[in-house]
Amino acid sequence: MSLSANDKANVTAIWKKILPKSDDIGDQALSRMLTVYPQTKTYFAHFADLSPGSPQVRKHGDVIMNKIDDCVNHMDDLFPYLSGLSDLHATKLRIDPANFKILAHNLLVVVAAYLPNDFTPEVHLSVDKFLQQIALALAEKYR
Amino acid sequence: MVEWTDFERETIKSIFGKLDYDDVGLAALCRCLVVYPWTQRYFGNFGKLYNADAINANPMVAAHGKVVLNGLDKAVKNLDNIKGTYTELSVLHSEKLRVDPDNFRLLADCLTIVVAARMGADFTAEVQAAFQKFLAVVVSSLCRQYH
Repeated sequence: MSLSANDKANVTAIWKKILPKSDDIGDQALSRMLTVYPQTKTYFAHFADLSPGSPQVRKHGDVIMNKIDDCVNHMDDLFPYLSGLSDLHATKLRIDPANFKILAHNLLVVVAAYLPNDFTPEVHLSVDKFLQQIALALAEKYR
Repeated sequence: MVEWTDFERETIKSIFGKLDYDDVGLAALCRCLVVYPWTQRYFGNFGKLYNADAINANPMVAAHGKVVLNGLDKAVKNLDNIKGTYTELSVLHSEKLRVDPDNFRLLADCLTIVVAARMGADFTAEVQAAFQKFLAVVVSSLCRQYH
């Protein structure tokens, strides 16, 4: 399910509207994931405070979202671009890749809440594919 | 038996009380057919499904969206026995319609996103958790009669 020219155009266009709110969206997506899918908290045992809006959760939401923002400029070379991060996730973090889908879902929910008129079904499709490609690239080195 | 907190009961009833079933039914089903096009396999007799505009304008999609939302309404009104409420529907989906149960999850995700778009900031993380728990119970009940 690779990205068509239309997908790339849709992602680029909606990201122009996402970028100004990127920090909030990233924070919200991560917080939501931890609340709605509590099993994901198992990866954050080293965080002192996992409540929504906590500084550590906010900061980590920013880290993740900034990287996703960068990926918008690398849709043609996602796998090489994310190679280092894939190594990290595979060998050090060892996050079950099923969780990438869970985070992606929560990101889609937040984008829908923030940009209801822009997040049409066609745009949703393209963003879903984009996030799925990122997930694939991240899982590339797992085995 | 599913344990519902007071917050969850109130939240679920409140969300469905405010939804326009015609609007949300169409929006959720349309989104599912567009974002996960393989789901169109179950709607061969619906006619024009060749792009998002055609799907959105299709009266059979609108009618079926309404059927789905009214089906969910039954669960909202029987929160303490969703399993029993859906026994026949589960048999229907498994034996007659032969729907891969994974599709229930896909439609549930699309419905969550449509509700998030309608509710905006009111769709907090806790509200989302309650809503998704409800949908998970619905999906599980629909899966029960698959053998």
